[in-house]
Amino acid sequence: MKTALSFAMDFGSYAIKGGAKYYAWLLFLGFFILVGSYTAYRQLADGLILTGATDQVTMESFFANFIFTAHIAAAAILVVAPGYLYHRKDMKELAVLGEIVAMVFVATGITFILFHMGRPERLWHMFPGIGFMNFPNSMLSFDTIVLNVYLLLNIIGVVYILYKKYTGTFHDKEMSRWFTAIVFLAIAWGPLIHIVTAFVLASSARMLPWDTAVLPFAFLTMAGASGCALISMLFLIIRKTTKLVIGDPVIDLLTTIIAWSLGLLMLVIIAEMFTVLYSGTEHAASMEFSMFGHNGLNMYVPWFWGIMAALAVSFVALFFRRVRKSYDLWLPLVSVVVFMAILLEKPMILVFPAFSPSPLGEYTEYHVSLIEFFNILFVWALGFLFLTLMLKGAIGILTGEVRHDKSSASS
Amino acid sequence: MSENTEELNVANEERQGRREFLKNVCVSSLAGLVAASSSAEASVDASNPDADVTVAEFFQGHFLLMSDEEKQQAIARLEKRYSAKYGKKTTVSNTPAPEGVLFGYALDIGKCIGCRRCVHACVKENNQSRHDPEVQWIQVMKIPKGNIAFSAAQLDKGYPEKSEFGDYGIQVGGNAYKAAGVSTEEAQIYYQDAQVPEKDFFYMPVQCQQCEKPPCVKACPVRATFRDPAGVVLIDYNWCIGCRMCQLACPYEARHFNWGEPNLPAEEMNPKTHYFGNRPRMRGVMEKCTFCVQRTREGRDPACVEACPVGARKFGNLLDPDSDVRKILATKRVFRFKEEFHTYPKFFYYIG
Repeated sequence: MKTALSFAMDFGSYAIKGGAKYYAWLLFLGFFILVGSYTAYRQLADGLILTGATDQVTMESFFANFIFTAHIAAAAILVVAPGYLYHRKDMKELAVLGEIVAMVFVATGITFILFHMGRPERLWHMFPGIGFMNFPNSMLSFDTIVLNVYLLLNIIGVVYILYKKYTGTFHDKEMSRWFTAIVFLAIAWGPLIHIVTAFVLASSARMLPWDTAVLPFAFLTMAGASGCALISMLFLIIRKTTKLVIGDPVIDLLTTIIAWSLGLLMLVIIAEMFTVLYSGTEHAASMEFSMFGHNGLNMYVPWFWGIMAALAVSFVALFFRRVRKSYDLWLPLVSVVVFMAILLEKPMILVFPAFSPSPLGEYTEYHVSLIEFFNILFVWALGFLFLTLMLKGAIGILTGEVRHDKSSASS
Repeated sequence: MSENTEELNVANEERQGRREFLKNVCVSSLAGLVAASSSAEASVDASNPDADVTVAEFFQGHFLLMSDEEKQQAIARLEKRYSAKYGKKTTVSNTPAPEGVLFGYALDIGKCIGCRRCVHACVKENNQSRHDPEVQWIQVMKIPKGNIAFSAAQLDKGYPEKSEFGDYGIQVGGNAYKAAGVSTEEAQIYYQDAQVPEKDFFYMPVQCQQCEKPPCVKACPVRATFRDPAGVVLIDYNWCIGCRMCQLACPYEARHFNWGEPNLPAEEMNPKTHYFGNRPRMRGVMEKCTFCVQRTREGRDPACVEACPVGARKFGNLLDPDSDVRKILATKRVFRFKEEFHTYPKFFYYIG
C-alpha cells in the first residue's frame, strides 16, 4: 500500500515538472480548458440547441470527433503488437506508451459521447441492473461495452507495467500469465472497438452512405494512418526532448504502417466511389453532393477534394527515402498532414454530407457553432493534458529517473 | 410489557427520524445537482417548494417496468409538476392499449390539398414546442406532377452528344434525371404558397408510419422507445437518454428531437395528456407521432383525422373487417412509403 502511494506521488510529481516549453504547453492546453469549462456549462444548461445540429443533420461534430478518437485508440495497439506478437525488443520497451495513447483516447472518445447525448445525466439508464441495456439489439450497447472494456484493459496494462518497472520487479521472461493474457486481449480488442464503431454507423439502413460493407475497412485503414501519424509525431518529440531512447527502426516501422494504410485507404475509397457512382442510384446522391455540391449548396466540395489530395500526396511522399528519413522536417510534416486530413475528413466527408439527401429529399449544410467548436477544443485539450502527464510520468519510469527508493520506503 | 413496546416505539421513531433526516439530506443535495443540470426543472422548483419531485423523477425507472403503485406515484408527480408549471389542472392518463386492436391509418394522396391543417392540429393537440423551433410531427411533401417534368427541347440532347465521329445513338436521354410521381427527389417541404393546392403539384403528408418492424426501436440502447400492444411506437420521455440513434435509423424523418427546452406557452397547453403521448416534453429527448395515443386509447380519432377538411385521412382497427381502413385496403390500390426498407408500416397511402 505504501509502495502504491509512493508510486502515485513520484509519478505525479515527475509528471508536473518540466522546462519552460513544457509549462508553456500545459498553459496552452489550460487556456482551452478554461474557456471550454464555460462553453461546456452553457451546453449542459441550455442543451444541444447551442450546437449546429438539426433534425436533418442529427449527428454533430462531437460524434465525428468521437469516431476519430476511436481511430487513434485502435491504432495505438500497433505499437504494442510488434513487441508482443513478433518479439521486437525495441517496440516491446515502448509498448506501454502505446497503451497510454489507447487509454487516453478511449477516455476522450467517451467524453465526446457525453457531449453528444441530449441527457447525459441519464447515462445510468444504460447500466444493466439499475437501468436497462438493449442488448443485443442496439449496436450502441455493443459499442459501449467494447469501449469500456478496452479502456479497462489498457488501464490495467499501463498501471501494471509502470508499477512493476517502478518497483524494479518487471521481468520480461517471468511476466504473470494473466498479464500476458490481458495484453493479447487488448491487441485483439483494438481493431474490435473500431469494427463495432463502424457497425454503429452501418446499422442505419436509411443512412445510405454508411450502409456499406467497406466502412470497417475504411475505419481500420484510417486508424492505421492517423493513429500512427500521431504516435510517430509523439515519438519524434519524445526522443528529442527526453532521455528515452527511441531508435530509428521504430519510427521507420510506423512510417511504413502510415504509408500502406494510406494505400489501402485509397483503394477502399476508390472501391466505394466506383460502386456507387457507376450505377448512379440513390446510393450515389450523397457522394455526388460531397464531390460536386447540389443546387448551389457546395460547402463540402473543397473539403472533399482537398482531403483526397492531401491523402494522395502524403501516400506518394512517403515513397521517397528523403522524406521518410527526414526526422526533423518532412516526416513530421507529412504526419501532421495525414493526422489533420483524417481528423477533418470525419465531419466534412463522413458525417455531415451523409445526411443529404435526407429521407424526404432535403439537402442541408452543417455549420459548427462557436460553443460547439470550443467544446471540441475543450475535450481535445483535456485529452492532450491527460496524455502529456501520463507520457511524461511514464518516460520518467522507463528512463529510470523515477524508481522506488527502497531505503526511504522501509524507514 | 407496555414499557417494552414504548421503548420499541421510541426506537422506531428515532430510526425513522434518522432515516427522514438522511433522506432529506440526500434529496436536497441531489436536488441541487439535478437543478443545476436542468434549468427548466429548476424554474419549476421555484414555483413548487417540493424539490423532491424533480429528484424522484430523476430516479424513476422505465415506466413499463414499474409496479402499479410506482406508476401512480410517477403520474401524480407529473400532474403536480405540470399543473404548477402551466397554471392549469393537468391530467396525465395511463390508459392501457385496447385489447384485440391493431391501429392502422390510410391516407388518400389523391384528395390531399396540402393545406397543412393536420400539421397545425397535431401541434395544438400534442403540446409541441411552438417557437424556436416549432416542432411538427407531420411533414407535407409538395411534389411536382409528372407531366411538367419532360420537355421537347431536350429531345436530341443527352449523353453522348452528337460529335464529328458520328452519331452512335444516345445512351442517356435529355429527359433523364427528372423525377416523376411519388418521389422525394423534387419534393419541397417548406412551401409557403398563398393558395393550395397549386395546379402542377400533388401533396403527400409523412408522419410516423408506425412500422411493424420499427428500426428505431431496434436502435434504442435503453428501450426508451417500444411498440405497444396496439402496434403504435411510443417513447418514455423520462427514460430517453437523447443519443438520437432512433432518429438515425428512421427512414421517414418521423422522429424529432428537442434540441433546446421546448417553448410551450401556458395558454396554449393542452391539459388532457397521456404519459406516452402529448404530455409536455423536456429538453434533450426524442418525440414523434403516437397516433394521438391520448385520444385513440379512449376510442377517439387522432387530431389530424378530425382536422382534415377533405376526408383524406382514415383511421381504424386493422383487425376489424368493417373499419374504414380495412375497407380501403380491400378496395383501393394502396402502397407503403419506402417499402424497400422492409419496415412494414401500418400507414398506407392510396389514390382514391
